[in-house]
Amino acid sequence: MPDPYSLRVNGVECEVTDTDLAESLLFVLRERLGLTGTKNACTEGECSSCAVLIDGVLTCSCLVLAATAAGQEITTVEGLGDGRDELSVVQEAFVEEGAVQCGFCTPGLIVAVHDLLEANPEPSDGDVREALSGNLCRCTGYGRILAAVHSAAATKRSQP
Amino acid sequence: MTAEPVVTPEPVVTTAPVATTGPAHTAAGSSAGAAGAAVNTTAGIVDAGTRGVGADVGRPDGVPKVQGRFAFSSDLWADDFLWGHTLRSPHASANIRGIDIGPALATAGVHAVLLADDVPGRLNYGLEHPDQPVLADGQVRYVGEPVAVVAADHPDVARRAAEAIVVNYEVTDPLTDPEAAPTAAPIHPNGNVFREINIRHGDLDATGEVVVEGTYEVGMQDQAFMGPESGLALPDDDGGVELFISTQWLHVDREQIAACLGIDEEQVRLTLAGVGGAFGAREDLSLQIHLCLLALHTGKPVKMVYSRDESFFGHVHRHPAKMWYRHHADGDGRLVKVEARIVLDGGAYASTSSAVIANASCFAAGPYKVPAAHIVGLAARTNNPPCGAMRGFGAVQTCFGHESQMDKLAAALGMDPVELRLINALDSGDRLVTGQVITGTFPVAEVIRQCAGAPAPDIPPSDDRRDLPGGSGRTTDAADTVRGTGFAVGFKNLMFSEGYDDYSSAACRVADGVATVTCACAEVGQGFVTLAQQIARTELGVDEVILAPAQTATIGSAGSSSASRQTWMSGGAVQAACRAVRDQILADVAADWGVSPDGLVLRDGLVVSLDGQQEALLAQITAGAGYEADVEYHHAPTEALDENGQGNAHVSFACAAHRVIADVDPDLGLVRIRDITTAQDVGRILNPTQAVGQIEGGTAQGVGLALMEEIVLDNGLVRNASFTDYVIPTTLDMPDVTIAAWVEEPEPNAPYGAKGIGEPPTISSSAAVAAAVRAATGLPLPRIPIRPADIALG
Repeated sequence: MPDPYSLRVNGVECEVTDTDLAESLLFVLRERLGLTGTKNACTEGECSSCAVLIDGVLTCSCLVLAATAAGQEITTVEGLGDGRDELSVVQEAFVEEGAVQCGFCTPGLIVAVHDLLEANPEPSDGDVREALSGNLCRCTGYGRILAAVHSAAATKRSQP
Repeated sequence: MTAEPVVTPEPVVTTAPVATTGPAHTAAGSSAGAAGAAVNTTAGIVDAGTRGVGADVGRPDGVPKVQGRFAFSSDLWADDFLWGHTLRSPHASANIRGIDIGPALATAGVHAVLLADDVPGRLNYGLEHPDQPVLADGQVRYVGEPVAVVAADHPDVARRAAEAIVVNYEVTDPLTDPEAAPTAAPIHPNGNVFREINIRHGDLDATGEVVVEGTYEVGMQDQAFMGPESGLALPDDDGGVELFISTQWLHVDREQIAACLGIDEEQVRLTLAGVGGAFGAREDLSLQIHLCLLALHTGKPVKMVYSRDESFFGHVHRHPAKMWYRHHADGDGRLVKVEARIVLDGGAYASTSSAVIANASCFAAGPYKVPAAHIVGLAARTNNPPCGAMRGFGAVQTCFGHESQMDKLAAALGMDPVELRLINALDSGDRLVTGQVITGTFPVAEVIRQCAGAPAPDIPPSDDRRDLPGGSGRTTDAADTVRGTGFAVGFKNLMFSEGYDDYSSAACRVADGVATVTCACAEVGQGFVTLAQQIARTELGVDEVILAPAQTATIGSAGSSSASRQTWMSGGAVQAACRAVRDQILADVAADWGVSPDGLVLRDGLVVSLDGQQEALLAQITAGAGYEADVEYHHAPTEALDENGQGNAHVSFACAAHRVIADVDPDLGLVRIRDITTAQDVGRILNPTQAVGQIEGGTAQGVGLALMEEIVLDNGLVRNASFTDYVIPTTLDMPDVTIAAWVEEPEPNAPYGAKGIGEPPTISSSAAVAAAVRAATGLPLPRIPIRPADIALG
C-alpha cells in the first residue's frame, strides 16, 4: 500500500489510508471518505453526476486521480449547503421547483449551478442550457431544472 | 363479442386493530347532525387543506436528494464487505467448452469465483418465463450474458480476477434477424417464438376508397437511467440473505431470487434502496441473484455496482420493431380497415416480450375508430440483447407506425392531418380492435383539439447559434434551415392486462395523531412517496405522514412500478388502508358519543361532527397503540385475448398528443426542435408539479428515440455501450415543453379519478418529432431514430 495522503474536502483535512493510487477522486470520496453525495452515473466523464469543485474549477471527479488533488480545495455537494438543515439558494430552488425526481443527477447539477451562478449571476436561458449541457438527466426533460436555475438566480440577485 | 362493463371490485380489506383506545371527549352531546355522505363518496377529491390530494406538495425526499444525503443503492456499505464483479460473454452465440477459474481464484484478495454449477436452486430466472440462466450453462446467447461472478476485497481486484478467468468458447453464427427466427434452428429449448398474436376484427374483406401502405422501423432504445444497477447483500446466520436493492418490484424479485437460491421466500428479505431511475429497465433481475449467491457463498456482505458500460449489457432494452401497415379509408377519411404486421426483436430471453407484443398489437391502430382490423404481431428470439419493458411498452413502436400512416392517409385524401385524426378519434363507448368497449373516460378528440388548437408560438429567426441545428458548433446558418410542424397522438393501457391480477398492498397506522403508511411500491423517482403522503392527509385529516421503508418482510406485494399503474394501484391501496383506519376511528368515536359515524369526519387533526357540536383531538383518540389496517387493492378483472385477439384484456386507457416544431438543416441532416406542445388525458391531477415533471421527462425520452438514441448492433455485438456513443437529450436538445392542457375527465373507477400519467408522454412524442422533420424536409423518413444521413442522403 502506498503512503497515506490527505485531501482537503469541504474545508476538512481528510486522511486517505489503505488506498490504491489508481483510485479516482470519485472513488475515494465515495468509498474511502464516505461522501456518497457525489454520484457515479457513468464514470467516464459524460454525465457530470460526479461534478465537484477543485480549487473552484468544476470538474468530473471520475476523471481525476484522487492523489493528484492533494493540496487543493475540494468542494462536494455536501459542502454547498449551510449545515444539515440549511439549504443553499440553489438547493432550495431545486426542491421548490420540482427539479428533483430520482435525484441521481441532482448533486452534480447542484454543484454545476453553483459554479454557473458564481460566474454569471444573470444567465440567459441559452447560457443556462449551455452551462448544463454536460449534466445528463433522464427523468425531468430539464424543464423544472431550468426553472430552478432561473429561480435561484433571481433569488440570489435579490439578496443583499 | 360484447364487452362487459368494467367494475372495480371492493378492495379486500383486512383490518387489524392494534388496540383501540377509548375516544377522548371534548364536547358533550350526541346529535349525529348532518350526514357525512360527502366524506365517503369515492368520486371527487376530499379537501385536506393545502397538503392533500391535488395540492402542489413537494417530495419528501427532495431535501436529502439536493444535499447528497439520500442513500441510493450504490451508496451502501457494511463492515468487511466484498465487491462483486460479473464476467460476461464477448460473443453473441457460442458454446462453452470449458472454464478455468484457477488463475482468478489464486488472485490475492479474491474470495469467490462462481459458475452455473454453483447455483443451488433453479438455474434459470425470468419475469414471465424462467428461461434465462443465472450464469451461462454451457452456452451463451447474447453479448454480455453473465458467465461467472467474482467477489474480492477491492472492485479493481474483482475486475482483474474476472479477466483472469479463461473461458473456452466455440463461437457459432448468431441468429440476429427476428423475421428469420421462427423458421431458423432453435437457439433455446423453448424455441425462437415468444408469442404470435393475430387480431381479426370486423369485416376483413372490407376495402377503402383510399388505401395507403408503409413499412416502418424503430431502433433499440435504452432506458439509460442515471443510477447504475447496484445493491448490497448481507448473509444472515440461518442460510438466508438480506438484499438492499434498486428495483421496480420487490416481491417479484424475491420470488425469483429464492427459487434460484433454493431457499424459502421468507429467507430472502428485500429492502428498497434509493433508485436512480428505472423506466422499465429494473423490472427484470440484473445482479440480484449474483449478489445473494456471493454473499451466501462467502458469508460476507457483498456489494456490486455496474459501470455504465456494463449497465448497457445488464438490463433489457426497448424492442426494435419492423412494421408493415395498410390503412383503408372512405372518401371522407373515415377509417375502414387497418392491416398491420409487427415484428419485435425480443433478443435472447423472454423477459416481458409476450406482453409487449400484445400491447403493440392491441394498440397498433392508434386511438381511432377502426371497424375492421387484421393485425399480426410476432415477438421472436434472437441472439441480440434481450428486450423487455421500457416506458410505453410496445405502444411507442406502433404509435410511430400508425401516426406515420395517418399523415400519409391525410396527404392521400388532401385532408388536414389533425382533422383526419379528429373524425376518427375513439371515445368512451367505442370499441377497440380487440372488441373491448371503452367504459372509462377516453377524451381523445379533446386531447387532439387542445394540443393542435394551442396557439403556435412565434419563433423568429434567432441570432443565437445555440438555437440552430448543430448548435454553437457553427455548423449551420439560419438561412440554410427549413422548418416543419408535426402532430401525433397515441395511447396505451394502464395496469397489467390479459387476466393478470396485479394487486397492491398497503398498511396504515394512526397513533398519537400521526399516520404511518407502509407500502412496497418502488419509488423510482416518479413521486409515489409524495402521493402516498397526500392521500393519507386527505383521508385522515392529518398533516404528518410517515412512510415506512418499502420491504418484503413487512407488507405484501405492491406490484410493479410500471405500466402507469402505481398512482392507481398503490394509491388505491393506500387510500383503502387509510379509509379502513378512518372507519375504525369514527366507529369508536361514534359509539362513544352515541352518534352515527356518518356524521363524523377527520379534519385538521380532529374528529369533528358535521353539525359542529363535538370535536376531539385525533392525537388523543389514537394515543398509544393507535389503529391499524392492512389492505389489498385489486383492479377490475380482465381476461385473456382469444385466438382472434379479441377480449376485455385491459383495465383502462390514457392518451396524449404532441405538436412539434423543428428546424432542419437538410444538407447536414441536423435537427433542432424549437417547440413542443402537448395535451394529455390525465383523469385528475393529484400533484401539478409532479405531473409536469412526468410529462416533460416522458416527452424527452420520446425526443431521444426520434433523433438520437439507438443501441447499434453489428451481428449481435453492441457497438456503443457508453454515454459517449449512446447519446440522450441534453439541455441543448430539449426545448421548453408547453402543456396546452391536461384534460381532466375523472376515470370512474380510479382512486380520485386519476389516471397514470407516466407513459403517454413517451408514446406520441417520437412520432410527432418524426412528423415535424418530414414536414420540414419532404422526406419519407420511415425509421426512428432519424440519423443525419437519413436526412442528408435521404
